Amino acid sequence: MATVPKPSELGKVDHRPPQRPWTETTPEFRPGTFCYGAKAKNLDVVGMPNPREWNPADEDWKLPDDWKDITLKGMEDRLNKFRSFKLFMDICVRCGACADKCHYFIGSGDPKNMPVLRAELIRSIYRKYFTGSGKIFSKYAGARALTEQIIKEWFYYYYQCTECRRCSVFCPYGIDTAEITMMGRELLNELGCGIDWIMGPVANCYMNGNHLGIQPHAFKDMIMFFVDEIEAVTGVRVEPTFNRKGAEVLFITPSGDVFADPGTYTLMGYMMLFHEIGLDYTWSTYASEGGNFGLFTSHEMMKRLNAKMYAEAKRLKVKWLLGGECGHMWRVINQYMDTMNGPADFLEVPKSPITGTVFENAKSTKMVHIAEFTADLIRHGKLNLDPSRNDNKIVTFHDSCNPSRAMGFFEEPRYVLKAVCNHFYDMPENTIREKTFCCGSGSGLNTDEFMEMRMRGGLPRANAVRYVHEKYGVNMLACICAIDRAVLPPLMNYWVPGVNVTGLHELVGNALVMKGEKKRTTDLRYEPLPGMEEEEEAEDV
Amino acid sequence: MNLTEYLQRNQKPILQAWFQSVVETYPEETAKFLKKEKDPFANPVGSSILEGIQGIFTQILGGLPSDDVLPFLDRIVRVRAIQDFTPAQAVSFMFSLKDVVRSRMEKDGLLDRYTADLVAFDRTVDRAALMAFNIFMECREKLYQLRIDEIKNRTGRLLERANAIWESRRAEDGSREES
Repeated sequence: MATVPKPSELGKVDHRPPQRPWTETTPEFRPGTFCYGAKAKNLDVVGMPNPREWNPADEDWKLPDDWKDITLKGMEDRLNKFRSFKLFMDICVRCGACADKCHYFIGSGDPKNMPVLRAELIRSIYRKYFTGSGKIFSKYAGARALTEQIIKEWFYYYYQCTECRRCSVFCPYGIDTAEITMMGRELLNELGCGIDWIMGPVANCYMNGNHLGIQPHAFKDMIMFFVDEIEAVTGVRVEPTFNRKGAEVLFITPSGDVFADPGTYTLMGYMMLFHEIGLDYTWSTYASEGGNFGLFTSHEMMKRLNAKMYAEAKRLKVKWLLGGECGHMWRVINQYMDTMNGPADFLEVPKSPITGTVFENAKSTKMVHIAEFTADLIRHGKLNLDPSRNDNKIVTFHDSCNPSRAMGFFEEPRYVLKAVCNHFYDMPENTIREKTFCCGSGSGLNTDEFMEMRMRGGLPRANAVRYVHEKYGVNMLACICAIDRAVLPPLMNYWVPGVNVTGLHELVGNALVMKGEKKRTTDLRYEPLPGMEEEEEAEDV
Repeated sequence: MNLTEYLQRNQKPILQAWFQSVVETYPEETAKFLKKEKDPFANPVGSSILEGIQGIFTQILGGLPSDDVLPFLDRIVRVRAIQDFTPAQAVSFMFSLKDVVRSRMEKDGLLDRYTADLVAFDRTVDRAALMAFNIFMECREKLYQLRIDEIKNRTGRLLERANAIWESRRAEDGSREES
């Protein structure tokens, strides 16, 4: 039986954390603060190493016998292959500019979440095995020997970084800590130590094209479900097509928009818009996922999963690609797709068939972001919009990390927002645009078992929302990322009750006056439009 | 000068010392940051603590006549409920106010004079601490509720849609099974 402490012992609450150097503290795998380990069946599907049943909370992680060699060899390979990795290992002067910029550090108060220290977890190993000073002076040169405990520490902290890159904005050397996390995760994956919330979607994507593993007929069924929903709200029946060869545009969006609220309302917004402007587009039931959890696994996996975009564009003989509202999908498209799976010289430089605008910025990738596509339509007066339909929504905008920091995408979504709603207020300057705070659940950490940690990571974002909520009565948080749409509702529920979450194109769908529509009384969520509350009630009776 | 007047007059140093004792429950590097950074958006934890203890202190001086103290307790407890603290550590900041006030009095050589008054003061602080514990539990329950909701939404909505599709097909087929 456990020893019951005496009342006098219970009363001794120690306020001060133990004074130990960071190299000697070890993480505690407490439920709520770590993600479940990758399952063997998912590793098997994509041929990843060391498939087995394991639990990060267990003492024995069932690492391969030669785990140390694998890790050091893996580091050596990557140091030789990626100049940036080598550079980032060498040039940090520990100035501390990044230290207090990480949402996980700010929210958790855990010093190992300071980007500089998180990088040091791997840098100390680099020094020990790959630098002369580290080999000789060891801990006096900031080096430490690789142990199993360090692998566990990497797992704990590299699956706490959301690769949001806010810290890199402040680094005078331009060190991209997200890339260090990526390397950390690649090394962990070589030992079979990934997380299942990433590996499950990766396996599903590889087999069926999307995160949930929805098969073509079911994917079509789900989209058609929303066709009925749109008709119920607007009286207009939109007519999407699937795998249609010869369409001008292939549209790809994260599958979260198809199956997860409130992303589904955004999906309805896309389809209403395309119908209204008569866009000649098609869906692919294989490139049925914009998201790419390969980005959170390894660069090879990212490439494998991304390949379907161009492959489907080629098969369907479309002219160019249009992409939906997603965060990390756009980091992959904007920064890696062209060199990974391009050049897409079989496609044409995207040109809006409605306005004639040529999207020079997408000259090479041939893929246009829907927010800039819509902004262009609005700029040319091609949409009939009634922003008063969103008058019950006082809106602020969360810049999703990847579109903002990986694309410099700040104005287009705001331009669209201001056209489709009358009440828009930005959050404080140091929490938006390139300095935006992460939702706290990006990079594949949006799983329910990680809820406590997600609340920590999302605190700085929620705190800024709270400010505009109290100051301007903001009740709607708009965003252009599927993960945001999934994770911001619980975040708001915990920190700022009374604020809902929407995608940009849900608001567009609400405001869009469609040709032949019936008298609209509700928004896409079947909630009464401003001024229509009584009519709705009468209808319900 | 009665105890309330004494506390009012010494509000600034007491709050400073109380703030110090709360941030010291964090690791050293973090405590430095929490104290130094004044921007509430760059340092939401530090500013929550500061706003919280200011409000709580004012309410305690008034003898906690109502629930007005709750939002201030919430500012601090909501944060600590999801950080690496045990339940005891999460609400311990309320009890540290007693130590802070006593050491201030000791410094002023007035501890003996207020001994009797401190009994009532301690009782008020204890009441606030109990309220803090209620909030702590609410926060933890909310956390688990969010998790349950997320799982339900994920599977529930999928099933709902699958059923809706199934239902509409049955209707199209003339509902043979219903006849």
